[in-house]
Amino acid sequence: MTAVLIAVAALLALAAVFGAVLGFASEKFKVEGDPIVEQIDSLLPQTQCGQCGHPGCRPYAEAIAEGEDHNRCPPGGQDTVVALSELLGREELTLDNEGAEDANVAKVAYIREDECIGCTKCIQACPVDAIVGAAKLMHTVIVDECTGCDLCVEPCPVDCIDMLEVKPTLQTWGWHRPAGIGERPDSRIEVVNL
Amino acid sequence: MSQPQSSKPRKPLSVFARLASGIRRPAKIHDFHGGIHPPEMKHLSNGTPIVPGPLPQQLVLPLNMHIGAPAKPLVAPGDKVLKGQMIAEPIGAVSAAIHAPTSGTVSAIGPRPIQHPSGMDAVCIVIDTDGEDQWVEHQGIADYTDKSPAELVDLIRHAGIAGMGGAGFPTSIKVNLGDHQRVEQLLINAVECEPYITADDRLMRERAEQIVTGIHILQYLLNPRRTLIGIEDNKPEAISAIKRACKGCDIEVRVVPTKYPSGGEKQLIQLLTGKEVASGQLPAQVGVVCQNVGTAYAIKRAVCDGEPLVSRVTTLTGDGVSQPGNYEVLLGTPVRDLLAHGNLAGLDIGRLVMGGPMMGFTLHNPGVPVVKTTNCIIAASPEELPEPPPEQPCIRCGSCAEVCPANLLPQQLYWHAKNDDLEKAQHHNLMDCIECGACAYVCPSHIPLVQYYRYAKGEVRQQAADQVKADKARQRFEARQARIEQEQAEKEARRQARLEANRKKKEAGPAAASTVDVAALKQASLDASKAYKAAVKAAKTAEAEGADNLAELKAEADRLKALADKAKAAVRDAKDGAPVAAAPAEDTVAKLKKQVGDASSAYKAAVKAAKAAEAEGADNVAELKAQADTLKASADALKAELREAKANAPAATAPVAQTDPVAELKKQVGDASSAYKSAVKAAKQAEEEGADNAAELRAEADKLKAAADQLKMELRDAKANAPAAPPPSAPAPTTIEQPDPVAALKKQVGDASMAYKAAVKAAKQADEEGADNATDLHSKAGELKAIADQLKAELRDAKAAAPPTPKAAPAATATTDSPAVPEEQAPQSLAEVDPEQAAKRQKRLKGLKTAYNMAHKQYKEAHAAYERAERNETASADELQAMQVKIDKLKAKADNARDALDALVEEAKADIRAHTGKDLKTLKLEAARAESALADKQQELEQQRSSASEDTLEALSSELQALESETQIARKALKQAVEEQGLAE
Ligand code: SF4
Ligand code: SF4
Ligand code: SF4
Ligand code: SF4
Repeated sequence: MTAVLIAVAALLALAAVFGAVLGFASEKFKVEGDPIVEQIDSLLPQTQCGQCGHPGCRPYAEAIAEGEDHNRCPPGGQDTVVALSELLGREELTLDNEGAEDANVAKVAYIREDECIGCTKCIQACPVDAIVGAAKLMHTVIVDECTGCDLCVEPCPVDCIDMLEVKPTLQTWGWHRPAGIGERPDSRIEVVNL
Repeated sequence: MSQPQSSKPRKPLSVFARLASGIRRPAKIHDFHGGIHPPEMKHLSNGTPIVPGPLPQQLVLPLNMHIGAPAKPLVAPGDKVLKGQMIAEPIGAVSAAIHAPTSGTVSAIGPRPIQHPSGMDAVCIVIDTDGEDQWVEHQGIADYTDKSPAELVDLIRHAGIAGMGGAGFPTSIKVNLGDHQRVEQLLINAVECEPYITADDRLMRERAEQIVTGIHILQYLLNPRRTLIGIEDNKPEAISAIKRACKGCDIEVRVVPTKYPSGGEKQLIQLLTGKEVASGQLPAQVGVVCQNVGTAYAIKRAVCDGEPLVSRVTTLTGDGVSQPGNYEVLLGTPVRDLLAHGNLAGLDIGRLVMGGPMMGFTLHNPGVPVVKTTNCIIAASPEELPEPPPEQPCIRCGSCAEVCPANLLPQQLYWHAKNDDLEKAQHHNLMDCIECGACAYVCPSHIPLVQYYRYAKGEVRQQAADQVKADKARQRFEARQARIEQEQAEKEARRQARLEANRKKKEAGPAAASTVDVAALKQASLDASKAYKAAVKAAKTAEAEGADNLAELKAEADRLKALADKAKAAVRDAKDGAPVAAAPAEDTVAKLKKQVGDASSAYKAAVKAAKAAEAEGADNVAELKAQADTLKASADALKAELREAKANAPAATAPVAQTDPVAELKKQVGDASSAYKSAVKAAKQAEEEGADNAAELRAEADKLKAAADQLKMELRDAKANAPAAPPPSAPAPTTIEQPDPVAALKKQVGDASMAYKAAVKAAKQADEEGADNATDLHSKAGELKAIADQLKAELRDAKAAAPPTPKAAPAATATTDSPAVPEEQAPQSLAEVDPEQAAKRQKRLKGLKTAYNMAHKQYKEAHAAYERAERNETASADELQAMQVKIDKLKAKADNARDALDALVEEAKADIRAHTGKDLKTLKLEAARAESALADKQQELEQQRSSASEDTLEALSSELQALESETQIARKALKQAVEEQGLAE
């Protein structure tokens, strides 16, 4: 009988010790999970264009976290939708880009500087402060900062802002994908043993 | 195939160094995974000595022949340059200079096709050669050990030396590692493993001494423990030449077996040292520096001979040229010229390749220049380098993995790259692929594997760049949000502070009680208007239900009266405090005005009720009339009070005195005319229904008209006096107060035109019904119109008078200290509506309006004068001409002002849109729609009243009520929006 008691006591003691150790470990090494909004936000393209119906990507990220559909970001394209579906474990929706054509073509704003009257309206519209200028002076777009969101085009009273396609430069050019099975890969140099 | 070179003579190392490096093992050649043995094809070009290349007409020098930032041009088109003269300087750390390869004239700096697989253009310096090949003055360094390593590094940088093996990494970076990095081994890459290429081979055979000098300079710069030269065993002549040159120095020549790609940097390191450079690591991190033999040679030329990098040895080979061989080509020589020099065999060139067949790329434009990294040009016949066969599906044979020198799984990479699964591809170390092409070479399915990897790598880089950009955009976006929030908070704080200050001032002032009065008044007016609404409601119900609830109606009216009295009392109380300070007085006046308005509309409603009752022949007509009279009396009393209050207010403040009587009179005119209007309406209706009291009503209407006319006269007189009144000593107050009369006038105009419209409507109706009084009504309408027009003209005048001295205010405070108060008062009330911006805009709007009106008036006057002159023929043609010019000028001015005004109005409208979420237009439309719906319902009710059952009437009246409230809401929204933006007109 005492043997049984001792065994039970020993097991209980062990259980208590391990419980304490585990509890301590779970406290001490707690993984600081990225808040979900951050994760969603990091998947959004940060164009800040408002096409999702929110004043910027972060607000949309918050809305998604609260249950809004995650297929409302045309600049992100279907890829973003898929990535978000994976992240959130939600159903893979198709991109809801009503009427927005060809989101994949990167664009930047360009101000035809002779025509600019210096009204500063575009500056107020730009969500990322990518336009420099002052009242009654010529304005210009900092191309590197422009997200191509389009928001500056509408407010311009003299319509001197164009959205130009971003042409590849030597630095950004990349090889195109081979045509695929059945096609002659033109870029391949066939070295043969003559 | 190892020929261990362990027994080379070597400078004796110190015992310490020997200990440090451990026991020296016999020189072992390690091996690396995979590799292939493609046809070497070196025999084509390695049999003949290096000969000078052509001296073409034009040299094209791309600003980025190296990896890193493009060099910055130092010359301009038209400049004469000498051979070896620096024409572009390095910018930033990773960059290299460019020198003129021969003497000549810079003919252009602009985009030209360059050595890039994309076939894109880049900025190049174009030199028209003069054929003299005249060197710039230059001098080598006799003993480089005199110079510090730093000086030599700088010299190398400014000699424009970049890796000659193929990548083109600026050499100055690679030889300047800093003190903390100890270089164990310096490896000289003389492997030249790619098929066809023999440039390094020939260089070593012919210029071994100079290469070794270059290596010594590298040793001096890097101070490595050991220096190893790796040469493939298929170049025996080169091996022996180098060995000969290296005799007696501490450079070890290592012969490696022929295998592609042993010339890869990581592969060579593994071969010679056994060290593996981990994924993502740099060779320097394992203590190794690799340099190409060609680079060593270029360094020697730069340091010892003072010749910057202006030419290189390039292999020209392939079946397409009849004289394959190695040429010392001036940088910038177009490939076309080189081909011509090598005697194009006249064959049809299937493919023109820059670089080797394994790692090079196809050239589509023979105008592309030879650059620092161009080690080989292959002009191949179609048999030699045929069209690749079509890509087949992967059969998972695994050969690719066997040959991959980087130990990757090419097949996996291929699947992932093909499916755009970049993450997985990266997981399989896509970025470690050296694009050697070994896998593609062995692939039985002819899959262009390397191109898939290049594509995937490009995508990965693009994604990374996008991510960086997105992060930046996010930061900027958040920073902007924060900034905007802060600005708003500051604005709010400022506003609060201002309000606080104003309140304190008021409290501190002698009129402490007046604040309370104002609050009380506010409450009272609120009550009154509530009561009024209730009364109206009750009256309507009474009307609908006939005479049953007369008592109730009466009670309502009584209560209304009581309330009016109460308000009166409150107003009187407030009035006592009013004269003390201008601001409260103004408040009181405004409140009073409101009271008067309420009272008179109550009166109107009562009159209407009475009229309706009469129409139905109800008993309570007399009662109702009596009530209406009481109401009228109270309204009149209020009006009188208002007048009194206004009269009192000016007693304290001169500015108010000068302007208010006019406004007051105008208000009265408005009231009178609207009273008249309703009276006429009532009379008309009565007539229609053949009521007995029609004549009576008519008489009343006439009386009212007389009163209105009289008031009008008074007003005219007052106005006639007013402009003259402002004493010259106090012009400022007038200007400050001016906006007020203008606003009042505007209101008057609105009232008047409304009255006119109502009259017209009545007249029309009368016409339709063939009523007797139709003509009468018409003439009335005409009169009303005249009044409205006159008011409008007055308004214009007032506005024209308003602007001229907007800034004079502070100067004229001598008379009283009150001007300071209104001055502050105005901005505050504006700020309450919307922050400063709106206030600012309002000011601007007003200014612009006046400017426009003035300009327009001037224009009109001028035009009239012109016309008169023309008609009377009093002026000569010249004078007419001058007048015409003047008119045009004035018109332009007016147009300008109008345009500016329009722009501003647009802006304000846009703001309203932003603010209310609705267009001003939409708001207006909504209000109009609600109003017309209301009118329709009213008419319907009126028509039904005599015929329909009680139920219908009730339903209709409840509908009417709903509509009424809707209209009110719409009107309020519109008014608010409009007022906020100062768009009252
Ligand atoms: S639609 Fe525009 S604002 Fe909305 S998440 Fe996408 S990029 Fe951001
Ligand atoms: S410049 Fe125009 S397109 Fe570019 S980010 Fe700003 S608002 Fe968008
Ligand atoms: S190209 Fe890349 S994957 Fe193919 S063998 Fe060479 S290193 Fe390996
Ligand atoms: S060599 Fe070609 S066919 Fe064979 S496994 Fe690799 S990719 Fe597939």
